[in-house]
Amino acid sequence: MSIKVYSTATCPFCTMAKNYFKKNNITFENIDVGNDPQQAQEMINKSGQMGVPVIDIDGTLIIGFDQQAIEKALKPAPAEKK
Amino acid sequence: MYDLIIVGAGPAGITASIYAARKRMNFLVITGNIGGQTLWTTNIENYTGYQFITGAELVQKFIEQLEQSRVQLRQGEKVLSIKKESETLKVTTDKAAYEARAIVIASGKIPRKLGIPGEEEYRNKGVAYCAACDAPLFSGMDVAVAGGGNSALDATLQLVNIARRIHLIDASPRFKADPVMIEKIESSDKVAVYHAASIERIYGDSFVRGLTVSQAGKSFELPVQGLFVEIGYMPASDFDSDISRNAYGEIMVNCNSQTSVPGLFAAGDVTDVSAKQIIVACGEGAKATIAAFSYLERQAAKQEAL
Repeated sequence: MSIKVYSTATCPFCTMAKNYFKKNNITFENIDVGNDPQQAQEMINKSGQMGVPVIDIDGTLIIGFDQQAIEKALKPAPAEKK
Repeated sequence: MYDLIIVGAGPAGITASIYAARKRMNFLVITGNIGGQTLWTTNIENYTGYQFITGAELVQKFIEQLEQSRVQLRQGEKVLSIKKESETLKVTTDKAAYEARAIVIASGKIPRKLGIPGEEEYRNKGVAYCAACDAPLFSGMDVAVAGGGNSALDATLQLVNIARRIHLIDASPRFKADPVMIEKIESSDKVAVYHAASIERIYGDSFVRGLTVSQAGKSFELPVQGLFVEIGYMPASDFDSDISRNAYGEIMVNCNSQTSVPGLFAAGDVTDVSAKQIIVACGEGAKATIAAFSYLERQAAKQEAL
């Protein structure tokens, strides 16, 4: 399972999303779009959103920190444990 | 049916929940998010016990304490109505319906919207309400900020280091902000200030491409790729209910957290309490659960007497 969290350093909901994955021992890649214009553009193209966080769980895009949507996206394949 | 439903999970709602858990009440918490406005508060220096803490850190502490008690939490739900039918209080959200004998409303405040065409359509497509979150996405672009208070000026100053040009559009003839911030804004050659101006609409394609601004009876178009709305907060009290609200939309409570509807209590920034402070909201949340608990005891005693 591949999880990407597009975030900025100063956004509270990004921190909550990252904390959620950390707490549940789910591996994710944090992409700081504030420091990486190319990745920022990728996020905007993919999601049509100019707001963070955008979470990509195996191609399922979740806008904002929506715990229920995250859990639903994680469900089909059991969460990868470290 | 629950003993108690708590609406909101900012400082007031979380404290109300901690008290309800300690009283072993059968309760449910319904909220959009956990933390509320505190999430966006950068530096807190007036919360007893902490000489300095950030809003995000304080919320984390709140969550840790909340997790100590087994709380049933419905996150990401919006309350649409709260109605009393005989002795039962019915809460309807965008996802489900619930019933309780008592309710604590601690829904706090949410960012005020401009209420103009294009605002909903372009939300997160150029229209933003959190400069701290989304400002870095507008690197090298032309953007606008709506507002003239400290938060608008703060957002503008954050954008100065990121965006190419910032148009600051203030509805008032002069700023209502700290002189230090006004000086910084006025000395920046990246900021264009428009006073007594209003934004009439937001236009674009898939994303924001510009604004129609009106000033001194004339309208003009301002090509920008982003608009940060920083025009303050409003009480999150727009659900359908019979409770009394004041002219600002705040829920009116007495000194025992009671609203105009028996069994319905309210706490924190959504109420007409005079001080909108984190520590006050916490205290009000505690008071509201204690009041709700006493109310339920009195109701139970009445039932027994019958």
